Amino acid sequence: MTVQLQPPFRYVGHKRRVREDRRFVAGGGHFAADLVLAGMLHCAPVQSEHPAARIVGIDASAALALPGVHAVLTGAQLAAASEPLMNGANTPLVVRYPLAVGQVRYAGEWVAMVVAESRALAEDARELVRVEYEQLPFVTDGEAAIATDAPLVHPPHGSNVLLDRRFVWGPVAERFAAAPRKLAYRVRWARSSTVPLETFAVTAQWDASQDVLDVWASIQMPKFPDQIARSLRLPGNAVRVHYDVDVGGSYGVKRGIKHAVLVGHLARVLGRPVRLVEDRLENMTGGDMQGPERVFDVELAYDDDGRVHAMKMRALDNVGAYAGRSPFQLGKPIGAIVGPYAIEAVEYHALAVASNKTPQEAVRGFGQAPTNYALETGIDQVAAALGLDRLEVRRRNFIRADQFPYLIPSGTTYDSGNYHGLLEKTVAVADLFAERDALRAQGLLAGVGIAACLEPSGGNSSFEPLLNPANRTTTWMESCRLHVDGLGGITAAMHTTTSGQAHETLVSVAVAEVLEIPPERIRVIRPDSLASLPSNSPVGSRMAIMLGGAAVRAAQKLRAQLLAIAAHDLGVSPLELRYSEGDVHAADGRKLTWQELVVIAHREYFRLPLGMEPGLSASSIYMVPTGGALPKDDKVQMYPCHSFEFHYILVAMDRVLCRPQIRRYIIGHDCGQVISPDVVKGMTLGGIAHGIGAALLEEFSIDAQTGQPTAASFMDYLLPSAHEVPHVEIVHQTTPSPLTVFGQKGSGESGYLGSPAAIAGAINDALAPHGVRVDQLPMRPALLSDLLEGTHT
Amino acid sequence: MKPAPFEYIRAESVLQAQEWLAADPEARVIAGGQTLMPMLAMRLVRPTRVIDIAGIAGLDEIAVTAELVTFGAMVRQVTVERSAAVAQALPLLAKAIRYVGHPPTRRRGTIGGSVANADPAAEIALVAVTLGAEVLTTADGFSARDFFLAPMTTALPAGAMVTGLRFPRVTAARRGTGFAEVAMRQGDYAMAAAACELVLGAGGEVASLRIGIGGATPVPVLLDLAEPTREAIAAALAPLEMMHDPNAGAGYRRRAALALAMQALDEAQREVMA
Amino acid sequence: MKLVLNVNGSDRMLELEDRTSLLDALRDGVGLKGTHAGCEHGVCGTCTVLLDGEAVRSCLMLAAQAEGHAVTTIEGVTPGPGELSIVQDSFVETHGMQCGYCTPGMVLTAIALLRDNPAPTRDEIVEAISGNLCRCTGYGQIVEAIALAAERLQRSNTP
Repeated sequence: MTVQLQPPFRYVGHKRRVREDRRFVAGGGHFAADLVLAGMLHCAPVQSEHPAARIVGIDASAALALPGVHAVLTGAQLAAASEPLMNGANTPLVVRYPLAVGQVRYAGEWVAMVVAESRALAEDARELVRVEYEQLPFVTDGEAAIATDAPLVHPPHGSNVLLDRRFVWGPVAERFAAAPRKLAYRVRWARSSTVPLETFAVTAQWDASQDVLDVWASIQMPKFPDQIARSLRLPGNAVRVHYDVDVGGSYGVKRGIKHAVLVGHLARVLGRPVRLVEDRLENMTGGDMQGPERVFDVELAYDDDGRVHAMKMRALDNVGAYAGRSPFQLGKPIGAIVGPYAIEAVEYHALAVASNKTPQEAVRGFGQAPTNYALETGIDQVAAALGLDRLEVRRRNFIRADQFPYLIPSGTTYDSGNYHGLLEKTVAVADLFAERDALRAQGLLAGVGIAACLEPSGGNSSFEPLLNPANRTTTWMESCRLHVDGLGGITAAMHTTTSGQAHETLVSVAVAEVLEIPPERIRVIRPDSLASLPSNSPVGSRMAIMLGGAAVRAAQKLRAQLLAIAAHDLGVSPLELRYSEGDVHAADGRKLTWQELVVIAHREYFRLPLGMEPGLSASSIYMVPTGGALPKDDKVQMYPCHSFEFHYILVAMDRVLCRPQIRRYIIGHDCGQVISPDVVKGMTLGGIAHGIGAALLEEFSIDAQTGQPTAASFMDYLLPSAHEVPHVEIVHQTTPSPLTVFGQKGSGESGYLGSPAAIAGAINDALAPHGVRVDQLPMRPALLSDLLEGTHT
Repeated sequence: MKPAPFEYIRAESVLQAQEWLAADPEARVIAGGQTLMPMLAMRLVRPTRVIDIAGIAGLDEIAVTAELVTFGAMVRQVTVERSAAVAQALPLLAKAIRYVGHPPTRRRGTIGGSVANADPAAEIALVAVTLGAEVLTTADGFSARDFFLAPMTTALPAGAMVTGLRFPRVTAARRGTGFAEVAMRQGDYAMAAAACELVLGAGGEVASLRIGIGGATPVPVLLDLAEPTREAIAAALAPLEMMHDPNAGAGYRRRAALALAMQALDEAQREVMA
Repeated sequence: MKLVLNVNGSDRMLELEDRTSLLDALRDGVGLKGTHAGCEHGVCGTCTVLLDGEAVRSCLMLAAQAEGHAVTTIEGVTPGPGELSIVQDSFVETHGMQCGYCTPGMVLTAIALLRDNPAPTRDEIVEAISGNLCRCTGYGQIVEAIALAAERLQRSNTP
């Protein structure tokens, strides 16, 4: 059980510079592509031009004849030397290797890898690789893919359905039968992604005298070294992943396992360091980093007061050509399937479907943002059907502050919350409805958008056994190790990569709080995987809770050790001692300073308690609070903590041009006790911007006739610029979690979880007086204008 | 994303560039490179030689006379943006130039490069067609209307290069201009754009009305207008072919073109009245 | 081809393929890794450097085109080891970054802006950085950083 530290805090929650920023701002980050090794070779993939085709033959002779070209690796060659990549779903016949074997399944799939002295030369050579294809029928639409006569993406699997699970939690049929009102609707979430500005990059080097594969990769991937080792048939301790690489953005997608296996294999067989840095086109088509693409069919049973009693939701996700972990993105939202609402019964049908598209990867929120969009659309529709204020309908459905801890039908207990409180604080900032009406009076279309949603945080693996009983993973630990050197300096180790979340700052503040020593005096390092304790990487909005928890636990152990040394040396009970800013004080005025304690621990063994190991170090491998049980009766505690965000926005647009402009963006945010205010603010603003992209601009569109991607560069996949992101007004509320060391909750996904829903709601409010609505993303100007014109087909 | 191999050479005179172009049909001119570089990197173009014209003396000059404003091909877009003389002599171009790409691309991008590239969404080409500019080349001069044939296609003869752009100068006291466009993001290629120049006579009558449309149509079009009304603009747009892409269809572009033309006209009218 | 690039005040003799971009020349030829590749087709601004003091995209130039011009990278605006310029320090103060990948380009763009316009409005800051994409921050703390830097620069006599 976690003993919670209580405010007031010395360092936690105070404005403080983010330590990582000092190196980044001077160009001193160490990104994967910055590494230069002697003799390093460079890769360029040969990509499939067809969405589905049999590979008849690959002729690399002309490419290999080019001076400076070292290898052209084919899928068949790699498959013979490696194990398939891991599957999340229970689909053993959906086999995936880093390069296509025998058949290509999406346009852009990597068919062969050219290795040469320079990247430019590798690109020259790949143009000379001749691949003979025999084209096959293909399917790119998720709903078309489940038709009985659809072309099969993986014929041995016998179907395009990779996951098909139905859950019924609570008296769904009874609630629907008893409800005076029902409504049904469909919403579509288009395929977008996080699209970090750094593409995926990995360099590997095989040390033949030590039998170790060194890997430097731009990753955010749980169990990355294990997966490489398994696939390359190496012992786990023969893969050394260097976690001190700075990752240039991820937000979920930097999994890179296929890249690392590929490059690891090449480094071994070629005996030279090998680097693969995707260019943007390779990244967008064959980097396997696209996000969820969903069709939701939802039914709500509600009453005349607008209270929603039950929901049926079917989520069909087009996961693309291979499964990976993506089907799990349908599972994680189960932990907040009712959002902030007291919905009593839920039926949920999760359907992951394969198609001839780029495989899907984890995206910020792991499926939660699309689910929130579906749910919030329904709440707005209930209000519209009853002619009620949308804020009022939310007030009536919110779980009340006095109901926490609150068990939702699918088995998760929400830790704490005050949804009504934050709603009222947020709407008190401005009367956006009055501002909307003023804009309408000027002849503009204008609408208010509202979204209330949760950020489940503290990432745990419960969705894995819930969706795939063959998978019994229930431990998703995080770790920290502290070491005090002989001169009294403190070094804290974390054991994963970091991609902009300021984890080093987090560790330093957490340790500083316990040891009462300024964070600036604590060095934070990221050793390689062979020198690391177990970690599950910064996924699932978990690090404030998990790494923060591990750091506090380790610091508490260290502090206890200091007290034990002092108690022995002073001949008193530890209970009679007071720890203050590194020094230990006895009641009688005697004290041992930090430096004296360090000297005792490192040099004066005769002063240590009998049997105590010399030196000063402590570590913690911290388990997710509440985590660890297998699912029971299709229910499970998903994540432990639940942050809350309330979006309240105003959008205006011209009647004809229909380019939505966000005039006001107000967000109420409650992630419990904030540790680093600037970091949380940045996460929230960045998440909102990401959601603006998903709502208005971003789509990995595809030509249905040809199966070819039509958004394969930054010219046609449109990330929001500074022009598209408005000034955001943030309203804070702090409802501590009872489960965590400081009362903190997660914030790594904040903003993104509700902004698409809020923008969609605002646009529909703007359209409503004109009798049209839109339930698909992204909401492009032409789509809106065509709807208003009655010409949309 | 690296270009296919080529040879880079610097021309010291227009004549030298012209000779090199004539000698090698696979050679390409690089001016600011803001469009050519991505095309090279994606290997969409694979020239044998890339001829840099940045060092040619005089190509980066703006000449303003009583009747004409002449831009050398190498005049950077940012130079136009910052030029007080252009703001005074060609206010419509001064307005439009701020819509070209983003500040960093305007610092390198040139007048000549934009004209030679003939992107249908290019603002400089739209203003050129609207104001009846002349495209200067090493072969003939072309009226801008005749120069742009189709998206990314011009009347420039093989072996020739664009050397400048020459605008007639309107010195009327009572002139108003307007420019408006819609893009997915500000600074993106316009889905539709409109440029307007309105000149009133001494008695307040319309002496000249020019409204051009870009972005929506395959090439910029100067509308044939009898009067400054919505109906007249709609009628002028009606026969025009509109482009379509995944972001916007032809119907949207036609409506947007009309709305933007009205915005540009309104801006010009307000300016001329002020 | 052989060429001389003036980078951060020193002339660097390089032997490069003609097709080499300024970006690749800086990273692989000169060995300055603070300039990052984002899209290599001129959209994201991650590779921004200063050319004669003006912010430009180094992926949209051949290295050869930069000959005879002064190129400044992020390494060149850092006063000394462990030291930060006022603009850099302001980015740290407001946490105007997260992963740090777009940061060098953003900082250089801000420096160029503030040189031309010492007291920019919010809209002018937004316009100046609109060609530099950031996927982490939503730009809010970057705009704050540049406004703070402007304020500090006006109070100081340091360029």
